[in-house]
Amino acid sequence: MLKFVTDKDGVKRYLVTLKVNGNEYTKMVKANSLLVNFLRGELDLTGTKKACEQADCGACTVLLDGKPVNSCMILTINADGREITTVEGLASNGKLDILQEKFIEHSAPQCGYCTPGILMSAKALLNRNSHPTEYEVREAIAGNLCRCTGYVNYVKAILDAAENQ
Amino acid sequence: MYLPNFEYFQPDSIEETCQLLSQFGSKAKLMAGGTDVIIKMKKELLAPEILVSIEKIDQLKKIEYVPGKGVVIGSGVIHNDLVYSELLHEKYLSISEAARQMANNQVRNLGTVGGNIGSAVPSADLPPILIALGATVKITGVQGDRTMDLENVFIGPGKTVLTQDEIITEVVIPDQKMTGSNYIKFGLRASGALAVVGVAAAVQVDNNAIKDARIVLGAVSPTPVRAKKAEEFLRDKKISDELLAEAGVIASGECKPITDVRGSAEYRKDMVRVFTRRALRKAIDEGHA
Ligand SMILES: Cc1cc2nc3c(=O)[nH]c(=O)nc-3n(C[C@H](O)[C@H](O)[C@H](O)COP(=O)(O)OP(=O)(O)OC[C@H]3O[C@@H](n4cnc5c(N)ncnc54)[C@H](O)[C@@H]3O)c2cc1C
Repeated sequence: MLKFVTDKDGVKRYLVTLKVNGNEYTKMVKANSLLVNFLRGELDLTGTKKACEQADCGACTVLLDGKPVNSCMILTINADGREITTVEGLASNGKLDILQEKFIEHSAPQCGYCTPGILMSAKALLNRNSHPTEYEVREAIAGNLCRCTGYVNYVKAILDAAENQ
Repeated sequence: MYLPNFEYFQPDSIEETCQLLSQFGSKAKLMAGGTDVIIKMKKELLAPEILVSIEKIDQLKKIEYVPGKGVVIGSGVIHNDLVYSELLHEKYLSISEAARQMANNQVRNLGTVGGNIGSAVPSADLPPILIALGATVKITGVQGDRTMDLENVFIGPGKTVLTQDEIITEVVIPDQKMTGSNYIKFGLRASGALAVVGVAAAVQVDNNAIKDARIVLGAVSPTPVRAKKAEEFLRDKKISDELLAEAGVIASGECKPITDVRGSAEYRKDMVRVFTRRALRKAIDEGHA
């Protein structure tokens, strides 16, 4: 059962616990809190971007229990008790993830706005399928729009990361 | 973008869900993956006072084979679980492939089978292939359960026969006489695009003749529709390219498409002709693959 308090205007705030990048956060949120706003506003994890906010562009992609999802479509309350990984959670002990290394090596990001989302989609792909084909890479990042249209180097970088992980 | 205030309930059983929906009536909105509901709320097309989420009901998230009944898909199953289901790969790859063509990877990890049916969008991708395979749905409300053919669930765009307190709990694909099935979708892009036209076909082939066929057209009428005249025409006929082409012509006369930003009515009608022929051919040649 969700615990909540009701303020004098009758608005409820619910107690949620989320595990984000390995850290547990317990917070009070309104039901209408969207995960993307919670991550950026409450936890200062601004690597997760907002653009279309209609699940079309993928800039807000995070991993929810290991699966890539659009955090603009998810209520924070729905993520209660679940594990979230954002782009900030990819590097560990000051060392970049192989995908990040390869993105740099291949100069994959142009303006960079779609990059966190693409990293998360690519990470989920490699977790599920360590040796994807080019088609599978393209399919995995099809929900991430790059308006610089620089997909070619992203695909090369992801394939390179898969080979060298 | 921010959402207006609402209250949130997260029941962990079907019974409680139906009770909440009954208790709050039209103030409440049922939500599964939310890929439709949340967008509508953002666009201010929907402003429920109460959201009832079925996300926490694990019972709704199973795909299993029940002997004597068929393949049972819980309404809370997400699209990517259809895409990767080994059971479906073995029995009805056609359903997995239909799911795979939907939306994009992120949305497929949120959107559910129940939501795809419940939203009753004419262009939804799962109903055509499910109807072609003769799927039934189990609907549960405060009064109990009822089972009906999926094709009778839809009334019009955004409208189903479900009452306020009812939810779809499972979709059942009965054991088949049909030897093959297939769904072909045309969207304006390979990913993240709704169907301009979608055609599903299932056929029972015996001795190079069609014994039985089902053809279901999506995105070309207010609800998914069966091309019954084309089905009737095919029955007990020897398979030939001309036969399938003729069935396509008949099917294209059985839809009532509209003209919108994604395509004109004339274009859609003609695409039904082509896709019916192709979907039949694939179902004949490749089985349920
Ligand atoms: C970017 C994007 C791309 C998309 N592309 C496609 C596509 O290619 N093809 C396609 O078909 N759809 C597409 N959709 C639409 C949508 O994602 C799907 O229809 C999805 O299956 C909806 O499921 P949901 O669980 O998210 O539904 P929700 O938003 O939770 O609910 C949708 C409706 O169904 C009702 N409902 C939910 N569960 C049940 C139930 N168990 N019983 C009865 N009613 C229920 C809800 O009350 C609501 O009215 C797309 C959406 C987005 C955002």
